[in-house]
Amino acid sequence: MSTGTTKLDVVVSDVVPVNELVTRFHFRRRDGELLPTFSGGAHVVVEMRDGERTRLNPYSLMGSPLDTREYTISVRRDDVGRGGSLFMHNQVRPGLEMVVSYPVNLFSLDLRAKKHLMLAGGIGITPFMAQTAQLAGEGGNFELHYTCRTASLGTYADVLSERYGRRVRLYHDDREERIELDRLLSSQPLGTHLYVCGPAGMINWVRDRAAALGWPPETVHFEHFAAPQPGLPFDVTLAVSGKIIRVGEQQSLLEAIEAAGVDPPYLCRGGVCGQCETNVISCDGKFIHNDHWLSEEDHRSGRKIMPCVSRFEGKSLVLER
Amino acid sequence: MAAKTIISRPIYGTLSPQPGKHHLFVADAEGALAITDMAAEAPAGFFDGAEIVFIAGPDGKYGAALEALKPAQLHIAPSFASLLPRLKQTLANAHMGLRLYLAGTEGLIGQAMQVALEAGIDHTSMQTEHRGSLARRMQCVHCKGITENVTTQPATCSHCGLLLLVRDHYSRRLAAFQGVCINAEDRSEIPPMEEIFR
Repeated sequence: MSTGTTKLDVVVSDVVPVNELVTRFHFRRRDGELLPTFSGGAHVVVEMRDGERTRLNPYSLMGSPLDTREYTISVRRDDVGRGGSLFMHNQVRPGLEMVVSYPVNLFSLDLRAKKHLMLAGGIGITPFMAQTAQLAGEGGNFELHYTCRTASLGTYADVLSERYGRRVRLYHDDREERIELDRLLSSQPLGTHLYVCGPAGMINWVRDRAAALGWPPETVHFEHFAAPQPGLPFDVTLAVSGKIIRVGEQQSLLEAIEAAGVDPPYLCRGGVCGQCETNVISCDGKFIHNDHWLSEEDHRSGRKIMPCVSRFEGKSLVLER
Repeated sequence: MAAKTIISRPIYGTLSPQPGKHHLFVADAEGALAITDMAAEAPAGFFDGAEIVFIAGPDGKYGAALEALKPAQLHIAPSFASLLPRLKQTLANAHMGLRLYLAGTEGLIGQAMQVALEAGIDHTSMQTEHRGSLARRMQCVHCKGITENVTTQPATCSHCGLLLLVRDHYSRRLAAFQGVCINAEDRSEIPPMEEIFR
């Protein structure tokens, strides 16, 4: 069993189309009991039995942490992705029995903060659904700025505006509305923590501006669900288990290791949590590091790899697995 | 610099200029030297957005050295208690982008940190540098009284008079080290008192 990923047997209790790209899924426990409690920002890894293939995708829990009768996630359809979101949209129906991991939170609120400033882009809104519900229940001080392409793709913008009124501010790309980031960041009271979830470009922009304007790194929290990038197939020798495996074009190294019957630890499957970090025993070729976990020095050393998102191009690679 | 003994014993660093819009320095006595040393590596114009609050101490040195840095504001106070209202006011009105630098004795760093924590600054986000006396601020665990500037081991509680072993166990909430009765079994047992936190 992988670290921190104890499994829950669930049944899909509802599937609700939200807009042209996003569908919401509700899960209940098959035995009718309450689900484990979680905190705002947590995600679960959903197992998808897609024929011969098992897909594992992380999705943020978006329901209120105060209600554990069901878990809800929202999935944005990606027509050119690796197929996980298409499987959810096309194959998952109410009544389907599925397996999800226990919740893991790599994007939790820092409850010592005097104020929580939240910035969401697109489907990056989902963890904030749970966080705002958690804070509203505790009378917390928060402000949410949400950018979306068009009003119709402003997933849950109506729900949030209804619930929280002026604490929610919307920006629509098609109306050329932009967050005035420097002004926003400079006007926050001391003790504010910043949370950002959205596309990589948005996260980098916000983190860079916050650092330049004097926000200590401890006050800046971000979450980016990076899907593993496709690439050239490559062969890997797993020294501990004595296996030689091939990583396909559309497969991540982690997925190939799992398919070979080795059960490495993982939590985020997006290159940020560090759980699947693996030592490189020898290699002849170059790494394509896509993770945010290892230091630049680690990347240069060629001694470590994050198999969930990183790839390899070259003649030989031997890993300690 | 103090060696790490137990996990709560604070470890201090060396001040270095941080990115930010405003810079607030709180220092006492030789702490001024940590600021002037840092000034050598600060980017041009750094002190234009800086406020220095300084407790000069009895010999009244270093005020001129700080003035020479031409900070936006320089405030010289006779004691920590006298600058406390001003410090609280500054922090209450501050915005994210203010960076805090604490330099000098442990008592000063700890007490200023205590106020800043209340204002919402995480202790890991503050720059600290220990300079000058090693004197400790100590809380008697028996009567809860605080004795300032403890330099001896053991030390006498200035409130209840018990003879206390000054521990490395530190409370960030109280900004003080713990003092625990050293001769609770037999009060007639008086170990020699040495000056070790000078």
